[in-house]
Formats: sequence, C-alpha cells, structure tokens
Amino acid sequence: MGLSRRVGFFQGLRYQGRGPMIHWMLHRISGLAILLFVGLHVTASFFMQQTGSDLATTLNTVYESWMFQIVVAFVVLFHALNGLRIALLDFWPEFHNHVDERRAMWLQWSIFIPIYSLTVYFLIVVGLGGG
Amino acid sequence: MRARIIQPAVSFEYVMWIFTRISGIAMILLALLGLAGALIMGARLQMDLATLMRWTFFPNPNHVVNSNIPDVSIGWATAYWQIIQMVTIFFAASHAYNGLRVVLEDFIGSSLLRPLVRGLIFLLWLFSIIMAVYVILAS
Repeated sequence: MGLSRRVGFFQGLRYQGRGPMIHWMLHRISGLAILLFVGLHVTASFFMQQTGSDLATTLNTVYESWMFQIVVAFVVLFHALNGLRIALLDFWPEFHNHVDERRAMWLQWSIFIPIYSLTVYFLIVVGLGGG
Repeated sequence: MRARIIQPAVSFEYVMWIFTRISGIAMILLALLGLAGALIMGARLQMDLATLMRWTFFPNPNHVVNSNIPDVSIGWATAYWQIIQMVTIFFAASHAYNGLRVVLEDFIGSSLLRPLVRGLIFLLWLFSIIMAVYVILAS
C-alpha cells in the first residue's frame, strides 16, 4: 500500500519534474552518449594504429566530420557544466534552496550558451569552408 | 536522552559517489591545464579554434595534425602530455563506467544480475584503460 518503486518507464516520464528533471535526464543521456562516443573512438583509433583497419578509419572519419562535432560539443559541454553544478551543490548543500538552485541553473546556461555558440559558429564556418 | 554516535558506513557506493564528483572536477581542471599549456606553447599562431578545442578535450598529438605546428614531436608529443593524457583517461574511464553502473543498477535492482553486470562493467573498464594507454603511447 502507499508508494511503490514499481513504476513503469513511460509512467515515470509523466512525472512533472520540469527543469530539474530535464537536466537530470539530459545529464544521464549525455553521459551515456559520451561513453559510447569516446569508447568507440578509442577502440577505432587502437585498431587504426595496430591493424590499419578500414572500418576503424571510416568510423573515425565520421567522428571527425564537423556535423558530428556539433553534437559532440553540445553533449560534452552540457555534461561538464551540469555536472559541475551538481558537484558544487553536493559539496555545499546549504545552496539547496529555491533561490540558489535557480541562480545555479542560470549561471550554468550563461556560461554554456556563449561557449557553445562560438564553437558552433567556428565549426560551421570551417566545415563549410572546406575543413 | 543522549543520541548514539553513529559511525557512517564507508561503502563502495559512498566512495564512488565522492570519486565521481572529484574526478569530474579534476577532468575540467586537466582540460583547462591543457588549454593553458597549448596557448603557452604558441597555439594562438599555430592552430585554429577547432584544433585548440580538440586539444583541450584531449591533449593528443593526433588531434593537432591539421595545424601549422612545424614539428609535433617537439613539445606536443612529450612524456609530460602523455602523462596528462593517462591521468585524464583514468579519471574519465572510471567516471564513465561508474555512471554506466549507476544507470544500469537503477533498472536492475538487487538480484543475481547485479554482481554479473558489475563484473562486466569492471572488465570493460579494464580493457578500455589498457587500450587507451596503447593509443596514447603509439600516437
């Protein structure tokens, strides 16, 4: 009776967690994405160096394309800045209040947007200009 | 009534919780160290922003091949950078595979599957680090 931990996946998605929940979800998704990307990139580089494999070379060529890099930059920058906010909030729990949590999120995005915009600008300019 | 003094348990989960935060901050600092080192070594004149960002993400000479650096082996492919790369790899692999463990354990719960998954993740972690060290040394 009462609360149960047996909540379905899509049932859980209906929880109205809004901003904080979206940050949590994006943090998990970006973390797994980075693990997948970096893991495959290191594996491909290993086989490129040791065996000159064509599959590995193709994989790395995809990774080095400017369109892929735009996604990678978003994912890495978001995960790093969000993680930094979480770590700081964990080490200084007195900032777990309605005012400072909002300020922390504003700070995170005010750092993210300039850096990411600059990155995307240069990626597109250099990418369309022939790399 | 006086409250008992309870010693908090130091468990694997607790240590990994702290390690995740510390390693995350450490990786950001290592990236900034790489960025600073690159700028000191003349990156402003020798490479474009994309190359500099690749170097900041991971300071590997293969990441700066399309640049105006005359000879990568002087200054850019040294033991100093290789050691920074290996430290970053250790933090990154441990941080990432612990994150994978947390996400999977949220879906698995306590059963026989949990030690099996932990063992698999441990093996992946070990192989990843060994492979990454080979890539670093052969760059």
